[in-house]
Amino acid sequence: MTDALTLQFDSLACQRDGRALFAELNLTAPAGTCVELLGANGAGKSTLLRTLAGLHSQYQGTFQSPPAVYQGHRLGLDELLTPLENLAWFAGLESCVFDQTKALALAARLGILALAHTPCGKLSAGQQRRVAMIRWVLSGRRLWLLDEPLTALDTHAQAWLNEIIAEHCQSGGSVVCATHTDLSVPLKTVLNLRPPPEQASW
Amino acid sequence: MVGALLLREWKILLRARASIVNPMAFLLLSTLLFAIAAPQLVAEPSQQASGILWVLVLFTQLLSLDAMFRRDYDSGTLEQSLIMADVPFVAVLIRIFVQWLGTGLVIVIATPVIGPLLGLSWSAVPGTMLALLLGTPALSLLGSIGAGITVGFSRGGIILALLVLPLFLPVLIFGTDIVNAAGAGLNYTAQAYWLALITLVALIVSPFAALAGLRISVEMQ
Amino acid sequence: MKLKQKLKEYWHKLGSPRWFYQITTNWVTFFGGSALLLLVTGFVWALAFAPADYQQGNSFRIMYVHVPAAMLAQSLYIGMGVAGFIGLVWRMKLTDVAIAACLPLGMVLTALALFTGGVWGKPTWGSWWEWDGRTVSTLVLLFLYVGIYALREAIPDADLRARASALVSLVGTVNIPIIKYSVEWWNTLHQSASFSLTEKPAMPAEMWLPLLVMVLGFYCFAGHHVLSRMRLEVLTRESSSRWVAELMLNKNAVDGTPQTSTTDHGKG
Repeated sequence: MTDALTLQFDSLACQRDGRALFAELNLTAPAGTCVELLGANGAGKSTLLRTLAGLHSQYQGTFQSPPAVYQGHRLGLDELLTPLENLAWFAGLESCVFDQTKALALAARLGILALAHTPCGKLSAGQQRRVAMIRWVLSGRRLWLLDEPLTALDTHAQAWLNEIIAEHCQSGGSVVCATHTDLSVPLKTVLNLRPPPEQASW
Repeated sequence: MVGALLLREWKILLRARASIVNPMAFLLLSTLLFAIAAPQLVAEPSQQASGILWVLVLFTQLLSLDAMFRRDYDSGTLEQSLIMADVPFVAVLIRIFVQWLGTGLVIVIATPVIGPLLGLSWSAVPGTMLALLLGTPALSLLGSIGAGITVGFSRGGIILALLVLPLFLPVLIFGTDIVNAAGAGLNYTAQAYWLALITLVALIVSPFAALAGLRISVEMQ
Repeated sequence: MKLKQKLKEYWHKLGSPRWFYQITTNWVTFFGGSALLLLVTGFVWALAFAPADYQQGNSFRIMYVHVPAAMLAQSLYIGMGVAGFIGLVWRMKLTDVAIAACLPLGMVLTALALFTGGVWGKPTWGSWWEWDGRTVSTLVLLFLYVGIYALREAIPDADLRARASALVSLVGTVNIPIIKYSVEWWNTLHQSASFSLTEKPAMPAEMWLPLLVMVLGFYCFAGHHVLSRMRLEVLTRESSSRWVAELMLNKNAVDGTPQTSTTDHGKG
């Protein structure tokens, strides 16, 4: 049943300093699913996303995850480079040809076309986040791991974000999104992170 | 992949000129300090010049190593290159190479100016340039291990020095020996081979170790 | 083929904290007893019975501490490198405990080797400190130790601390031969012809036999020390598991040897 694009957790629990952060997770999310990750501050949402991205190695249980795009609190944009140059670098990392026409079209749609040649250091936080949104779409990877992507976005941009996520899922991509604000995406699965049972194992 | 990564590093190098200018300014400034503090040492060509020059080069490298991954770590591009790159190893190797371009290679080019200022005889300059050309890549490579593992610390400077300077010792020994031999008009082929060998070993070991260190640092956030 | 299978089984068992604890119970006693026996024998033999050196008189006797300390200090660092390699490749948590146990011991022994070297150097060389090849190598070793120590202090997360120190001790171990060779090269350039500790005339058996006993005694002591620390750490980490509880209960009734229980809460 499970193909390479399915996201699957088997009793997955992330740890920090030998301590489980949340109760064990079990999940099977086939391609096209949008998983909304909920939980209080400090529940381990960011750590779970970093684990899926391969940045955090302390966990119990197993998971299967296709290669993913990860968006953390640090956007990964170099402030000396323009949005287009940053996007070209991201394409280069994946050994893809940079599709500048598509990038410009997306920039126009997100209202930052005029800023395409301005160094990212001069962009506002919300504008930088829009540049990051373009890079998810341009990436060939089918799973997006988004850590509170609504931060610093105005109402327009929040609507665009929901649109982009919905389109991505429709075209067979998957999303795991940690958020405190509800996503208005059809067909989303909610995953709640609960504190672990008291008993310590190690 | 390599082309796009090099292009980005090249653009950043051009826009953040401080990464080249600062180490050179530090090297020149410490040369000045030596000339003031120990004028008898630098007044005429002497054997001491080789040692002073190499120690200054080591310190300049150390200063620049601290900044090697710092920008990329703070902006999040480092974690992105670990996740997104087809071969993260190549991304690390390119960063090390560019750091060497900005310090090691610039030092080699500046040797004809700085060497004589420190009391290096003119006849020793070509040998010194060769020694630095062979030795500074090893400093960048070995140093990248310490830089990678300490980039997550807010004040990692002293730990970086403790981790890295002992590893620099062989380069210092053969490097100064070449300069001395060149100054005395002796043959230094053997030492040059040894220095090249050290750089080769560093090239094989360091990028893997630096990558492992960077993964640890990224997980520290 | 069969031997390979057996070795593999043994290897996996070693990763299990509980199995490690049980198997090393006798080892600790063995190493501790041997260390005591060898060190006492060695000390008495070296100080009272070994003949005085015809050149150096009695001052050479510090060698019986200096040489074993220097040898063990280096072995412990290499041991840390090996443990680091195993820890990085097989993700075995016990290896970090081994590194944590070797580190302070190795650091103290390196300092002891430097100090006794100075004490020995004063009557033979005429100065406390001489920039001799071996002195420099040992000093570099001390800095390699201090570097890992400082790194460990700076990382609060246990898992990351383990990986970082494993990596650095492995890199240090790979570099030790290069450093030693280059320091020897440097030494031949700069050493004025003075009395060298390394090129002594061959020692008579009455002199080197007690040295051998002392070296073995030091190694047994290190074995005892490192294993004891590892066992203590295993108990602390596994304190909530059933086998430790059973062990503690049995400790009062039966002496030490844990009874076998059917469930294993160890992670290995």
